[in-house]
Amino acid sequence: MELKPGSRWKSAVCDAQIVVVRPPNSPGELQCGGSVVLAIDAAAGPTGNVDAAFSDGVVIGKRYVDEESGLEVLGAKAGKGSLAFGGRPLAVKGAKPLPASD
Amino acid sequence: MRTPLLLDIAADAAVDRIALGRRADGLSFDEYRARASQIATWLKSRGKANTAFLGMNGDAIPLLLFASGMAGMPFVPLNYRLADADLNKLVARTAPAVLIADDDMLGRIAPNDGVEIVARSDFEVEFMMGAAPRKAELDEAENDIAVLLFTSGTTGEPKAAVLRHAHLTSYVMSSVEFLGADEEEAALVSVPSYHIAGVSAILSSAYGGRRIVYLPAFTAEQWVATAAAEAITHAMVVPTMLDRILDVLAETGETLPALRALSYGGGKMPEPVIARALAMLPHVAFVNAYGLTETSSTIALLGAEDHRTAFASDDPQVRRRIASVGQPLPSVELEIRRDDGSCCAPGEHGEIHVRGEQVSGEYLHKKAIADDGWFATNDAGWLDEGGYLFVDGRLDDIIVRGGENISPGEIEDVLREFDDIADCAVLGIPCEKWGEKVVAAIVSRSGYPDTDAMAAAIRAKLRSTKTPEQWFIRSELPYNETGKLLRRVLKAELAETACAD
Repeated sequence: MELKPGSRWKSAVCDAQIVVVRPPNSPGELQCGGSVVLAIDAAAGPTGNVDAAFSDGVVIGKRYVDEESGLEVLGAKAGKGSLAFGGRPLAVKGAKPLPASD
Repeated sequence: MRTPLLLDIAADAAVDRIALGRRADGLSFDEYRARASQIATWLKSRGKANTAFLGMNGDAIPLLLFASGMAGMPFVPLNYRLADADLNKLVARTAPAVLIADDDMLGRIAPNDGVEIVARSDFEVEFMMGAAPRKAELDEAENDIAVLLFTSGTTGEPKAAVLRHAHLTSYVMSSVEFLGADEEEAALVSVPSYHIAGVSAILSSAYGGRRIVYLPAFTAEQWVATAAAEAITHAMVVPTMLDRILDVLAETGETLPALRALSYGGGKMPEPVIARALAMLPHVAFVNAYGLTETSSTIALLGAEDHRTAFASDDPQVRRRIASVGQPLPSVELEIRRDDGSCCAPGEHGEIHVRGEQVSGEYLHKKAIADDGWFATNDAGWLDEGGYLFVDGRLDDIIVRGGENISPGEIEDVLREFDDIADCAVLGIPCEKWGEKVVAAIVSRSGYPDTDAMAAAIRAKLRSTKTPEQWFIRSELPYNETGKLLRRVLKAELAETACAD
């Protein structure tokens, strides 16, 4: 899988959708709910179960990062599964929203 | 990353939310995307490079901006306030282009082989009326230029600032929370489409999930009436607009209870105006934003909390921050530098430099950004001890002689037409009679320049007031290591001798 900036993915096991903001500096698999994510236009819908170890959820509008690889993604649709890169759970990036300026 | 992605993910997540127009009958996010995709298909079929637009504000603008991005054609909004001759020069520079123009502006456009002109009414009937179309499937476009904005040309011929998809998406994604707006939020856009704030408002609102309502053109009465009728929550205004809006509020007694946030920028806000605004609209959060076309809009802002703190403070250091533009965004680096490139100390005036992913610092056929990514804004300013930025204005290119603004560039251009001129700089030197007088520093190839002939050429091509009153013949002009003319050094040097007589 090529995690290019702007590429869109969906969870194989829940309703979550993800957009890559910054690519990882090494190849690897993006997972959601314990399963590898699918390309956004893949025909398959979510099947199977969310792995209990990866069930903290994806929240719309939140950013998730893997510090080790630099991977950063955006939650574009919410879901029950949580994100991981090569098995490493992604962390929520805490950022204070800025006031609207334009 | 490309700008249509911002609309795409918003439309997938907030399908039925109203994105453009009135709450009662506006365009949903889904329809917004579908109509933009149909327009993109049409644009591609025209076989031109650019999408040009000449007209008043309206929903056609965001549709064309996203459609152009989908089609891989830079969107080029033109300034309808220009004189016809200047406007037509810019129209010619957009070729090959499809130009969508307001019907009552069509007569101003000179025929041009490379420009296909489409009346806005025809465009709107074709693409903005009737039942919502299906979303057209389009291949991912390749052209990475999203927008070309012509600078105002105060320093000579307008330059076409290049904004790539990467700059704009990086700006929006680092400064706006995806679908961070609630369904009640609506932004009133009254800045024209050819201003960077007009472009960034479209992108920020789409990604944030905030409805946009357009004013065709700004009048304070219309602004207040629309803000009240449409329960506007957010708006951006320039200083002169705010002052007139406050007058109308005072006359009509309107209090705009729905309004939550008002941002202002695009010039220095007189302190009495902002003080009056805070008093008249106590429920509104005020934000002062500073940015440039070349930086994809805002790079520093003074938030609502900063406004309140500054106004309430007895400490003059804190109190004066009301006149600042606040602190740089977390996603940009900002430095004040001396002419020699070293960093200024707090309180010391210098040139504002910025670096960040949203900074384009590029014009068509000319990169103005350093290899290490830093962009010199050509604005003078300083930082206080707390990191608050104060902007002094454009660096001293412009000469103000007896109230007339004179651009050195056009005078230098006339001088450069003389073979004997190896290098030249035209500057304003303080003088009692005119405030500033025009002087020229020239490097002559022969050593015997005919300054009378040069003065005659300037008088003939420009105006007598633009003719240098004094000529300084130099062996060379001072430059820094990156090849930038040190105007201020030269000016200080010349001021001593010029003012002595």
